[in-house]
Amino acid sequence: MTEDDLDRNRRHFLTVATVTTGVIGAGLVAIPFISSLKPSARAQALGAPVEVPLGSMQPGEMVRVLWRGKLVFVLRRTEDMLAKLPEGLDNLRDPDSTEFADHQPDYAANDTRSVKPEYLIVEGSCTHLGCAPLEDFEVRPAEGWGGGFFCPCHGSKFDLAGRVYKGVPAPSNLRVPPHRFVRDDLILIGQDTGAA
Amino acid sequence: MSRIEAEVGKPQGGFIKWIDDRFPLTSTLKYHVTEYYASKNFNWWYVFGVLAMVVLVIQLVTGIFLTMNYKPAAADAFASVEYIMRDVEWGWLIRYMHSTGASFFFIVVYLHMFRAMLYGSYKKPRELIWLIGMLIFFVLMAEGFAGYLLPWGQMSYWGAQVIISLFGAIPVVGDALVELIRGDYSISDITLNRFFALHVIVLPLALIGLIFVHIVALHEVGSNNPDGIEIKKNKGPDGVPLDGVPFHPHHTSKDLVGIIVFLMIFSAVVFFAPDMGGLFLEHANFEPANMTATPEHIAPVWYYTPYYAILRAVPDKLWGFILFAMAVVLPVFLPWLDRCRVRSIRYRGWMYKTALSVFVVTFITLGWLGLQAATPTYVLLARVFSVLYFAFFLLMPFYTAMDKTKPVPDRVVYHG
Amino acid sequence: MVNLKRIASVLALGACLVASQGYAAGGATHFEPAELEPGNVASLQRGARNFMNYCAGCHSAQYVRYNTIGKDLDLSEEQLIDNLMFNAEKTFETIQASMPAEDAKRWYGKAPPDLSLMARAKGADYVYNFLKGFYVSEDSPTGVNNVVLQGTSMPHVLWELQGYQTAHFEDHENKDGSVTTTFEGFELLSAGSMDAEDYDDFVRDTVNFLAYIAEPVRSDRRKLGVWVLMFLIFFFILATQLKKAIWKDVT
Repeated sequence: MTEDDLDRNRRHFLTVATVTTGVIGAGLVAIPFISSLKPSARAQALGAPVEVPLGSMQPGEMVRVLWRGKLVFVLRRTEDMLAKLPEGLDNLRDPDSTEFADHQPDYAANDTRSVKPEYLIVEGSCTHLGCAPLEDFEVRPAEGWGGGFFCPCHGSKFDLAGRVYKGVPAPSNLRVPPHRFVRDDLILIGQDTGAA
Repeated sequence: MSRIEAEVGKPQGGFIKWIDDRFPLTSTLKYHVTEYYASKNFNWWYVFGVLAMVVLVIQLVTGIFLTMNYKPAAADAFASVEYIMRDVEWGWLIRYMHSTGASFFFIVVYLHMFRAMLYGSYKKPRELIWLIGMLIFFVLMAEGFAGYLLPWGQMSYWGAQVIISLFGAIPVVGDALVELIRGDYSISDITLNRFFALHVIVLPLALIGLIFVHIVALHEVGSNNPDGIEIKKNKGPDGVPLDGVPFHPHHTSKDLVGIIVFLMIFSAVVFFAPDMGGLFLEHANFEPANMTATPEHIAPVWYYTPYYAILRAVPDKLWGFILFAMAVVLPVFLPWLDRCRVRSIRYRGWMYKTALSVFVVTFITLGWLGLQAATPTYVLLARVFSVLYFAFFLLMPFYTAMDKTKPVPDRVVYHG
Repeated sequence: MVNLKRIASVLALGACLVASQGYAAGGATHFEPAELEPGNVASLQRGARNFMNYCAGCHSAQYVRYNTIGKDLDLSEEQLIDNLMFNAEKTFETIQASMPAEDAKRWYGKAPPDLSLMARAKGADYVYNFLKGFYVSEDSPTGVNNVVLQGTSMPHVLWELQGYQTAHFEDHENKDGSVTTTFEGFELLSAGSMDAEDYDDFVRDTVNFLAYIAEPVRSDRRKLGVWVLMFLIFFFILATQLKKAIWKDVT
């Protein structure tokens, strides 16, 4: 190799090394900037778990609460409602809640999609495009409607366990947020049993 | 070259050609980067232009991220800055980069301007580059001033109060002008809101536009050099200036070294002394703006203090304003005040060398005086140095014409 | 006592200037240095305890969250709740004063200022000397005045620890006939539960904590800064070599 070749090789090596270092540096600098977009300490504080007292809730009553700015439905189901849940499973897209395992915590991956069958806790956000579904608990057998939730935006329908019907735009069941019973008459939405 | 390589290579060339047929990509890159020839004997004074670009990028990027969390309202502004400093992940780094960047912008720009004075870079045919540069400097001053109100601390508020009141010194229209700037009868939420608009949209746009024009004008006539010689006068048979080297890779590789040194100093401040002892972030600005109590001692941020010292040296409101404005504007006329036939200080006589040295001392001393409380001794000193400041410019036609110059060589001085 | 004499000499200038002028005028006044140890976690923990016991009744630190303190001062959630959080329930809450600002304003004539940034706005030395600078004054509604901030509306909250002291002032007639008053020193009137040295340590820990909450990220940024500079040095070496290689042929 001539001296010229050596010089060229050295220059090539140094160029690659310098450019690589520069790119790594730029990448490292990007970390704080991108991290700054995450929910801040204040957002986390405001998004803290929400307590919902159940003491005064009557069977068939539903309350809406906000957790992290998201709408959450807390429905105390009647005996009747619970009895009807196993009916008409053929009309549901994912009756066993197996298709989207992350849509409910393990403790709610059951027939009633709840910790205690009586209380349904689901996010009031349609899995299609995020509109807030309306409750419609009136049973109208003629229409094949056993009561549940109806999304006014694009007509998605969910049953009283938040399970999506077939033939509607929404692809999956309503999400069940993490929650736990602090006492029999008090639930904490946003915190699992696992996370103390 | 194997056949596969040849085939892979083809669409790339084709793509560039496709672009070039529609947009002057290759020719622009050649004109401004790979075939822009600048003198090989640039010294480190020539790094400050590119550093100003680096600071601009830092300020734009950090500024964008700050606006995502800052609230331009009197009731929320101070708290939103503390929110950035504490609650936003890495917010403190972004904020310190921006506040440190403001000071470094001026350091770099002052040194960039001083370089022009050392080597006569403002002289024919580069007068327009200097004029655009001065415009950039004025916009930068306005940008820094508008930005300093945003944290809504005591210094933000009272500093703005003093500077805006300055305009009230203008006869007839003064009071109306002050109200027009504030949009209120005092500095208020409304003022803060419009200063925010100026700081994040109007002035940065103007700055970017002017910097673009500054560089286009520079590349039209070509860069000056420490010898003040036109390298285009000595071209080789290929039409390339004999003393020139291409901007890329020669000057880019050199500038990169300068940029890294700059980043070291910049990081040292950001991580170890973001307050810079109260110079970059003033102590009183950690107290929220209080309309009922002025801090005992107020001074603008350091980069305005040379002019502020001149303002305070004059015991009359109108004349104080006039001299202040003159001090800021006078450098605009340098290309015509300087009558010397050579550009570079290397070939000038003792008069200009002395004058420029005195000017540097004067400028720094005025800057220091502007930070101090206005005691009688300091005011007297400020008057002496104000006279020296103006003398440098106003006497320039005489001493530069009289000055004995040394012969300028044909080729630049370069020691391998 | 040596200590008091030293205070006397360093505060002499401060007392003749009005109130807080000293620090604001660019550090012209020489306070007794607080000599903080920002890296001393035990001192910061003691300071946090002192702050919650003596300051947080009236003063808020509205930008400071308990969980930030816990993370930075190595305190567990239980320790935070048991030892620091007297009027807060959740660790993500910010420090609010126990006394409503309205009440405080009625009592003292002025709402006690928020302390989040006090050490940064005034300087740690200022706060240190202020907390040591209370003296008995019959003219004041609180019974005390302060050599660092004349006419302060803050009562001597720490009197049980420091005791009460008097301050000696002397008038000096200037050549032009005006009178300058200088502060000459303190004298202990009634002892508190701490001797002077223990009280200094108590105040030092408290100010250390105040300096910490004024910029919780300080120690983090210094640690990160070292890494950043090391990276840049490496980058610098490479870039210098590259520059030399590229410029090798230029003559």
